[in-house]
Amino acid sequence: MTSVLYDAPGPRAKRRNIFYTVAFVVLLALGVWWIFSVMGDKGQLEWSLWEPFVTAQAWTTYLLPGLGNTLKAAALSLVIALPLGAVFGIARMSDHRWVRVPAGVIVEFFRAIPVLLLMLFANEFYSAYTGVSTDVRPLYAVVTGLVLYNASVIAEIVRAGILSLPKGQSEAAKAIGLRKGQTMTSILLPQAVTAMLPALVSQLVVIVKDTTLGGALLAFPELLNARGTLAANYANVIPSFIIVAIIFIILNLMLTTFASWLERRLRRAKRSSGAVLAADTAGAEEPVAEPGVKTDDGRAT
Amino acid sequence: MFDIFEGYDLLGAFWITVKLTVFSGIGALVLGTVLAAMRVSPVPLMRGFATVYVNVVRNIPLTVIIVFCSLGLSNIFGVTLGAADDFEELAFRLAVLGLAAYTAVFVCEAVRSGINTVPVGQAEAARAIGLSFTQVLRHIVLPQAFRSVIGPLTNVLIALTKNTTVASAIGVAEAALLMKEMIENEAQLLLISAVFALGFVILTLPTGLFLGWVGKRMAVKR
Amino acid sequence: MKLRKVTAASAAVLAITLTATACGGGEKDSDSGSSGGGEKITIGIKIDQPGLGLKTPDGSYTGFDVDVATYVAKELGYDEKNIEFKETKSADRETALSRGDVDFIAATYSITDERKQKVDFAGPYLLAHQDLLIRADDDVKDGEDLNGKKLCSVTGSTSAQNVKKDFAPKAQLQQVGGYSECLAALQSGAVDALTTDDSILAGYASQEQYKGKFKLAGLKLSNENYGIGVKKGDQEMVDKINAALEKMVQDKSWDKAVQDNFGPANYQNEPAPKIGNIVQ
Repeated sequence: MTSVLYDAPGPRAKRRNIFYTVAFVVLLALGVWWIFSVMGDKGQLEWSLWEPFVTAQAWTTYLLPGLGNTLKAAALSLVIALPLGAVFGIARMSDHRWVRVPAGVIVEFFRAIPVLLLMLFANEFYSAYTGVSTDVRPLYAVVTGLVLYNASVIAEIVRAGILSLPKGQSEAAKAIGLRKGQTMTSILLPQAVTAMLPALVSQLVVIVKDTTLGGALLAFPELLNARGTLAANYANVIPSFIIVAIIFIILNLMLTTFASWLERRLRRAKRSSGAVLAADTAGAEEPVAEPGVKTDDGRAT
Repeated sequence: MFDIFEGYDLLGAFWITVKLTVFSGIGALVLGTVLAAMRVSPVPLMRGFATVYVNVVRNIPLTVIIVFCSLGLSNIFGVTLGAADDFEELAFRLAVLGLAAYTAVFVCEAVRSGINTVPVGQAEAARAIGLSFTQVLRHIVLPQAFRSVIGPLTNVLIALTKNTTVASAIGVAEAALLMKEMIENEAQLLLISAVFALGFVILTLPTGLFLGWVGKRMAVKR
Repeated sequence: MKLRKVTAASAAVLAITLTATACGGGEKDSDSGSSGGGEKITIGIKIDQPGLGLKTPDGSYTGFDVDVATYVAKELGYDEKNIEFKETKSADRETALSRGDVDFIAATYSITDERKQKVDFAGPYLLAHQDLLIRADDDVKDGEDLNGKKLCSVTGSTSAQNVKKDFAPKAQLQQVGGYSECLAALQSGAVDALTTDDSILAGYASQEQYKGKFKLAGLKLSNENYGIGVKKGDQEMVDKINAALEKMVQDKSWDKAVQDNFGPANYQNEPAPKIGNIVQ
């Protein structure tokens, strides 16, 4: 892999690179050694603290049900937010001012507010004004908060997806006499949906991560919260945190890998119209900038 | 109607939110730029390290990172960040550290995509006149890259502002913690929530608009 | 054509998730519906407090609250296998009772005048005190010794704030998500003490991994009369539970439960409280 930023290394550069590599390895090794020695000193490496994770019961009683709740909340949020976001995204592009402006205000409002605040509000709201059972109220609150935020993000993804289509598409539709609604439903949306897929899958990563807010502050029994019950049993706070972090990394890596595979595939298949929203923009939690800002010319380093 | 806010330090809580945002924003910008430089550097190991860092940290929930800063870094590894005797200050600094480490990933990815927008010819020309890797980066590529990523970086900053609420998980007295306390103690749920929501709209909307304007003005015309 | 397949596949995945979650939701509803069905009894407990109410790795529950609740339920005529335990968070206890989500609650539920306006209490069945847990080689004689020391508290809990306010204004507070995090901090030396009811502290300190490492300071900073919460106005239930509690003390099951659950961490339990006798 050659890069534009530096030449293929000559003898001196090679020596320099080796020196940097060695220095970096030494630094890393020192860091790792420090981490392990401190953890050893504090008794965090004792096998008794880690042993529970090789037993089936730790997984079947605590971690897997927690992971199940995480996935359940994330899936519910995405499934509910998707149509809602599509409606608002399309409404924002309406020709009618009285539709466009309120939709825009709502979307911008919910994008500006922390998900945590939305969850706290939803939890109290359900508690004070509705008869939702105490078992499922945390789930409802978490899903509500995630839906409000992610619907507004998805609205922007949908809008960007539609705007990313070549103008000729809607012009041609108009030329053959389709009405606005018909153009949207039979020409623009079907194409935009495929263009949006990678970005939507990546948004799922954000949703999965945000479910932990409900675990930490609303006692929603998701993975991070289940870790607390587990640690109350085995008295292994730090090891349990590390294991849970690893589970999240693996789960989300699977999702991002899937998203970029989808993106590559769609890009290959769609060379003609070229409308694919990049998967990795969504990682930034505030995914969509202006449509078309991403000029990926295959010059990735 | 607004008497319920007496006895609560609303402005103080939002001031802590602002401080969290500013400090961790600066930290994330520095760390993120270093990471981006590492990701395009000639030393394979550095590239590998930065890639692993980005892929690991990006996939861990921020809550886990912040709580781990408190329980792991501070309690087990004895990292006190110069505030060993003041737990309130310590929690604040640990939250800044966690937020910066997390946000740096998104800064890194934004800067890296910015580097990709600089035309190949520029870097090639710079190399042709004998500039080294660091010189190419410092004088030619990064200045242009930053100008083209003001938009994405604004989004990262807005996300960071909202993410500061997670610091409430380790007891930093910022806006979300105060809101939680208030809605538990006071009856006026809707009013309290509206005020806090408005607070965040006031913090994030002007930032977005102003930096969006700056971004448009600074954009490299090509 | 390939594109079609991808879209179709994604749609299929979506559909599967939809039905799966829908099924999950359905199960939940039928669960809560059956609790009022006479045969079963639903009891609210804590699931993350060793010694009082803890979900063990095999999925069952242990602890003093659980033992008391089981005894009472049996006295009320329910078979052990018909008892369903449900986690009730501190903040949800009143709502869970008034909605009928649970039939009664035994979850470190202190009887207070404020709570008595919303729910009725049977008991008390245990007199606990706010106390400090410290390292076994440490010493704290009274609350003022805490000045300049580091206290661990659970985010949103008031007990540590009260200590700081009443005894030791110069104490430092570290806030964490749960008591087990506090134990880890106490063990590593990051904090010097943690404070809550002595029964809870004793439960934690007698865990396998912590045996002999911590002790209770033995300060009686407050009186906590643990009662069994029932729906407001259900006097019949209160009377039945009180009778069951009296029987539990008489046939020594109470003493056995105390001994089983509160380990050797310098915990001296109060004698079984008289029903209706609330120590202020």
